[in-house]
Amino acid sequence: MSILVDENTKVLVQGITGGFGGKHAQLSLDYGTQIVAGVTPGKGGQIFGEKTPVFDTCAEAAQETGATVSAIFVPPPFAADAILEAVDAELDLVVCITEGIPVADMMRVKEIMRGSKTRLIGPNCPGIVTPGRGEDSHGGCRIGIAPGYIHKRGNVGVVSRSGTLTYEAVYQLTELGYGQSTCVGIGGDPINGTSHLDVLKMFNDDPETEAIIMIGEIGGNAEAEAARWAKDNCSKPIAGFIAGATAPPGRRMGHAGAIVGGADDTAEAKKAILAECGIAVSETPSDMGKTLVGML
Amino acid sequence: MNIHEYQAKELFEKYGVASPNGQVAGTAEEAEAAARAIIADGGGKQLVIKAQVHAGGRGKGTFKNGFQGGVHLVESPEQVAEIAEKMIGQTLVTKQTGEEGKLVSKVMIAEAVDIERELYLAILMDRETCRPVIVASTEGGMDIEEVAESTPDKIVRQFIHPLAGLQGYEVRKLAKALELTGDQAKQFGRLIKNLYSLFLKSDCSMVEINPLVVTPDGDILALDAKFGFDDNALYRHPDIVAYRDTDEEDPREVEASKFDLNYIGLDGNIACLVNGAGLAMATMDIIKHYGGDPANFLDVGGGASKEQVSAAFKIILGDPNVKGILVNIFGGIMQCDIIAQGILAAAKETGLSIPLIVRLEGTNVAQGRELIANSDLDVITAESLNDAAQKAVAAVSA
Repeated sequence: MSILVDENTKVLVQGITGGFGGKHAQLSLDYGTQIVAGVTPGKGGQIFGEKTPVFDTCAEAAQETGATVSAIFVPPPFAADAILEAVDAELDLVVCITEGIPVADMMRVKEIMRGSKTRLIGPNCPGIVTPGRGEDSHGGCRIGIAPGYIHKRGNVGVVSRSGTLTYEAVYQLTELGYGQSTCVGIGGDPINGTSHLDVLKMFNDDPETEAIIMIGEIGGNAEAEAARWAKDNCSKPIAGFIAGATAPPGRRMGHAGAIVGGADDTAEAKKAILAECGIAVSETPSDMGKTLVGML
Repeated sequence: MNIHEYQAKELFEKYGVASPNGQVAGTAEEAEAAARAIIADGGGKQLVIKAQVHAGGRGKGTFKNGFQGGVHLVESPEQVAEIAEKMIGQTLVTKQTGEEGKLVSKVMIAEAVDIERELYLAILMDRETCRPVIVASTEGGMDIEEVAESTPDKIVRQFIHPLAGLQGYEVRKLAKALELTGDQAKQFGRLIKNLYSLFLKSDCSMVEINPLVVTPDGDILALDAKFGFDDNALYRHPDIVAYRDTDEEDPREVEASKFDLNYIGLDGNIACLVNGAGLAMATMDIIKHYGGDPANFLDVGGGASKEQVSAAFKIILGDPNVKGILVNIFGGIMQCDIIAQGILAAAKETGLSIPLIVRLEGTNVAQGRELIANSDLDVITAESLNDAAQKAVAAVSA
């Protein structure tokens, strides 16, 4: 089953004609993802790569190709607008990769999106991967910038704020022989579309997901919120890791959302809450896979 | 990004947030002239001179030249010049600056204000509710965290609708919470509306006025202000970027920002170079776990060109505390052989003589590892994160 996307999902890429968007659209196509359209205002009519049509608007692209999901690779000054356009086109899912969107813009986007049917993942996220069943997990759905080959189709759900730290966990699992149902990068910004809790709920309801790895970092209360829900509601074993134990307070550690605000959102505090809620906490980033396997 | 008190005052003036009459000065002569101008303007009120640094605790601080206190009440323009002479170009050490202190290049001369009441007023972005929140308290002039601990009911929070903005009834609620009535409530109303406008239009992450004073004459003035700005929004605020004072920042971080490197200097001796913020934090964590001490946070991001890796090495090596370097790259899109080339070139260019531990994983990892093995540089290679961290700690203790 997996969650949110699978090998049948039709995806459009906003910003496909840009260098970054184009590169990753091609990598997704190579992985077997159904990238059926691109959107760049003013470049409608062009063809991307071998045969992917480019449209001026999301609405046209969705209408013509049946795309239901968008990947956004649009620069920060225009990204909020791109999200809203995708929402207006009534897509099911929007995955915004862009890092650097002003917080005020995201605050407004979230408010405008209230009540819409569209789910937003990100921004500032590596994307989402449902591994395929082919060689090196080819044939799945890869939206974003993750390396496809580290994945393996299986039953562990992975949810994380970070990109490369996720790849670390995924690769550890794959090497241990445990595949993934879906890997969701929710991103490193303080205001985002989908939280750890949102994804945990989806994994809990997904018959193909049997166990979960949750990766967090300093700043905010998303992990604590998710852990508290999981304690009473999640029937599947969860292993977790929180990055930033050595981060000095008050400094933004790369991610806009990775900043210790008080006593409750340090790595130590979060690890303690996770442990209290029955989540197996990995002491080091090297042991995330092992920690999960130890629970099975 | 931080700004100086005198720059905060400029923003306040631009947006109509009332604060005491004041001017900035860069020399003793300017300071004296400013004093005369303010006296002429205000009719002989007492003045205060304040050292301009990006840190609190100035009043109780000490200059390295022995002069005590970064904030002084003064009686005359001559005294202003005298004190300015002792402050400008000197280093002020306060509880918040660390023992290195901060260089004082400017001072602010302002009207000393008689205080009847001290209030607290701040606006922040609340990440949980995804709304701006106005925080107000009658307990101004003290550490707001202490107030939150001891008398939390004296702190009022008003969450503002992100699209509708600040409403009249919300202003009245806040005025009431601050026990302001009549003309004072009106003044407050103007002030908070303008402050909110400033907060949104400048893409602030935070603005804090502590204290917001009520004078015996019934005037409401912002006596001190702290600003935080959304780094992501600075591209649309060149005027605020112009306020940046790189003298107040860690020089390594200033250098790093020129190359688009995300760098934060710490105190340890094992330098890190990693791709991805989460992995970079995790790398620092695992070094600490094995008994080592990270010298920095450094995220080279998804690009990591040869120039950036080189620049990163130079910045790292410019830190005298660094006794070893740990490179941890999970090459997703970044290819390990390209990274290896960049590292080897940078190491040669900088004449690297301290232990270099490299852990590569991901795309083209075999080619990357081969390049390193075949180079004549003394590089310690590691397979897993555990392996890399342990080797780094061992190499530095040897």
